[in-house]
Amino acid sequence: MASENMNKTKVSGKNNKHRVLVYALSTCAWCKMTKKYLHENNIEYEYVDVDLASDEDHEKIRQDIINRGSEPSFPTLIVDDKTVITGFRKDLIKEALEL
Amino acid sequence: MEKVRQRAEADAKTYGYYLNPNAEFLQDLLEGLKQNEERYGYPSCPCRIAIGKLELDRDIICPCDYRDPDVAEYGTCYCALYMRKDLYEGKASIVPIPERRPPEKQARAYTVTSEATVPATGEKASEAKATEQPAEVKKRLWYCRQCGYVVFREDPPYICPICKAKREMFAPIEISAKG
Repeated sequence: MASENMNKTKVSGKNNKHRVLVYALSTCAWCKMTKKYLHENNIEYEYVDVDLASDEDHEKIRQDIINRGSEPSFPTLIVDDKTVITGFRKDLIKEALEL
Repeated sequence: MEKVRQRAEADAKTYGYYLNPNAEFLQDLLEGLKQNEERYGYPSCPCRIAIGKLELDRDIICPCDYRDPDVAEYGTCYCALYMRKDLYEGKASIVPIPERRPPEKQARAYTVTSEATVPATGEKASEAKATEQPAEVKKRLWYCRQCGYVVFREDPPYICPICKAKREMFAPIEISAKG
């Protein structure tokens, strides 16, 4: 997995049924909403604020998203290393996390 | 911070748009803009990744090139900072919209970053420095065939800021040396 050696921030939560990774921007309001939503639902997740990451990580993340057949925009959620959700799509997040 | 807010309010007013009515969401966006302005020297889009080179980020400086066509088509800009009256009044719901910025423009930003991290030596280093201004950005003059508005930039605007004509109304200006 491309994101293995990256500097990720972990947010703990009671619900750790799924592995959730969020590629976000520190400046983006939709990304904040996504993080808030996960937190409110007690979801355990990891995130990378891509705009604060190194150029190298930045390129790795872009490749990772493209390799998963998605467009590199933010936020991008990756659930269990397979489901990719672009943007704060509550309906899709709910479905993927069985909320 | 107030300056950022006032600038956005004034711009919304000029174009007949509204700012996002959700106070907290709006505050987050304005803070993102302020952050980017401090970081890069210009308020690039808080919802997109900037590269920090003006010429490459030119199209995503808020209000971005994509705002007008996005508000026209979806009712909000990519960030949902600017919106149309019906969405502002809650008559239609705000949903994330697709990215209109062409992938090649996004990719260009990344390519420059990765090239810049390659350690250059000797002659190549100075060469790299000399070409720091990316060669791919070719600016030219465009004029609006409807009102005569002229811009000097890579692409013509999606919508003429003066007469609201669509991009198709723009044509490049060819200048011949003979005069």
